[in-house]
Amino acid sequence: MKPFTTLTGIAAPLPKANVDTDQIIPARFLKAITRSGFGKNLFANFRYREDGSENPDFVLNQEPYRKAEILIAFENFGCGSSREHAPWALLDFGIRCIIAPDFADIFHNNCFKNGILPVKLPREICEKLMDDARMGGNARLTVDLERQVVVRPNGEEIPFQVDPLRRHLLLNGLDDIGQTLQHAPAIDAFEAKQRAAQPWLYA
Amino acid sequence: MAMSGQQPRTLFDKIWDAHVVETLPDGTALLYIDLHLTHEVTTPQAFDGLRAAGRKVRRPDATLAVVDHNIATDESRRTGIVDPESRLQVETLEKNVKEFGVPYIPLLDERQGIVHVIGPELGRSLPGMTIVCGDSHTSTHGAMGALAFGIGTSEVEHVLATQTLLQKPAKNMRVLVEGNLAFGCTAKDIILAIIGKIGTAGGTGHVIEYAGDTIRALDMAGRMTVCNMSIEAGARAGMIAPDETTFEYIRRTPYGPKGEMFDRAVAWWRTLPSDPGARFDKEVRLAAHDIAPQMTWGTNPEAVLPITGTVPNPEDEPDEAKRAQMRRMLEYMGLTPGQRLTDLKVDVVFIGSCTNSRIEDIRAAAAIAKGRKVAEGVRAMVVPGSGLVKKQAEAEGLDRILREAGFEWREAGCSMCLGMNPDKLTPGQRCASTSNRNFEGRQGPGGRTHLVSPAMAAAAAIAGHFADVRDYQPKEALS
Repeated sequence: MKPFTTLTGIAAPLPKANVDTDQIIPARFLKAITRSGFGKNLFANFRYREDGSENPDFVLNQEPYRKAEILIAFENFGCGSSREHAPWALLDFGIRCIIAPDFADIFHNNCFKNGILPVKLPREICEKLMDDARMGGNARLTVDLERQVVVRPNGEEIPFQVDPLRRHLLLNGLDDIGQTLQHAPAIDAFEAKQRAAQPWLYA
Repeated sequence: MAMSGQQPRTLFDKIWDAHVVETLPDGTALLYIDLHLTHEVTTPQAFDGLRAAGRKVRRPDATLAVVDHNIATDESRRTGIVDPESRLQVETLEKNVKEFGVPYIPLLDERQGIVHVIGPELGRSLPGMTIVCGDSHTSTHGAMGALAFGIGTSEVEHVLATQTLLQKPAKNMRVLVEGNLAFGCTAKDIILAIIGKIGTAGGTGHVIEYAGDTIRALDMAGRMTVCNMSIEAGARAGMIAPDETTFEYIRRTPYGPKGEMFDRAVAWWRTLPSDPGARFDKEVRLAAHDIAPQMTWGTNPEAVLPITGTVPNPEDEPDEAKRAQMRRMLEYMGLTPGQRLTDLKVDVVFIGSCTNSRIEDIRAAAAIAKGRKVAEGVRAMVVPGSGLVKKQAEAEGLDRILREAGFEWREAGCSMCLGMNPDKLTPGQRCASTSNRNFEGRQGPGGRTHLVSPAMAAAAAIAGHFADVRDYQPKEALS
């Protein structure tokens, strides 16, 4: 996983609440067996018209947002299906940070596993950042995970909270399976105890 | 394992405490997973990760694989999967389960079905367990008195390799439903009414325990319907305390514990219900007699109304962002403010999905369909949740009743719930669906989904428009 330290880039405004993972990537595009290539179908039902041509009204089809690395949205972002194809599609498109008032739990988890930073900020701040994003290419945002601040184009710094363990894993690009396997003796001991107490759980 | 005796604990607390392998310094728990259900869509990248790192599946005996999302639900499944990408995904699962020694139920096995139907039905999903699956509707298994939740593919890989997950504890929320359910109302109406009340993010960060005498009176299928849609309220999981109804259900399953082992298990399961005085961070109460048959009108499950309602007017909504969202919903759904819900014509009726495809659901639909006919121009389909449900329904003659009424009788699978297999809506089609999500494009691009109970869906099929099931009671007894 690619570490996330500091990101300065174009932010795309998506002023919607309840952006569900079916919107982020519809189920008919979940048939691939690798993690790559989902970016072209990110927001497919909005980005493309029925004949397959681009919908010029959708923000990610407009300059400079085709190169957006940050997405600003409203409440309950990523609700619905657990599909990790949603963060894979965002990442493949180039989005590495999403800022919203809150996120659905599974999507929030999935972001961290893929080097995407979800930043929770109050609605009124998201509205200010939405206005910044609407200014386009002249208004880059900086998201500094080390210092836990978002820097607006006018230089104002907005602090944000993030779980310390997740911050550590993200800053260092660490795979948490390797970390967990260091606890193998504790897992062995748990299983031995559980097998004795609840043998029906063991075939 | 934390011992009781001091603080009263909730059902969730007890299962959580019994599965903490270790607590890391920051409070994150390494949580042991008792059952890992897997399917073709969210696993290929996880098995690839294991292969790349030279890792094995730690407990194949605690893992079960089945195909459900991608497959056709007509006879074509017997001659091979037509869509090349779907076929590759299914073949990839078959290759992976073989290589990693994971038990697998193949497409043409009579036990095949939707992962959230077969887990409980086979007796694999049990009270007190931690259960995960790369699918958000894993919350269904909470009906057994288990802690069951959906995970992403990276976490699937983590569980395959370590049989654990890194988790922060959730908060406790209790939804109490009390009193007798009114005539014509079902578990589906209860959960839709709950989501209508608390909203699509009402449960975020929480595990919901459904309690109260209305919930206690539900059969296991009804409890599964309720827990299934917990994720639609944003909750991490939904659960219902195990009781005699649960134990009797498990006693009849093929792979549940038997004999002395069953008695030992029941003794432990009886200790699981929330202690009197256990603390909940949030509590919501509903009176069952206030719940009427429900129907969603918008594009998320909180946009729901009693069937007697009319399409709301966005201009009555004071909040500007919500007003804009409502306008968009009406535009997408092709609705006008003030329209009566019962005036909306249906093109397609879908009875199925992990929410409502169990034998009880099919009986409810057949009871309405018996002696009646599907309205002209309506395509109505019934998709049993598993091969075993299908077999049971056929043994009861329900397939014949439904076919005679003009319903299609299909093979088991996820079908038209999610628009990734051949069963899809076409743009503009309006569907009465017993599934769980009415999102834009969920059942196919441009499709318009209204969520209802199986009986309400059957009534819509007969009427040709949405109808109040209370006006469509069974003409004849089922047998």
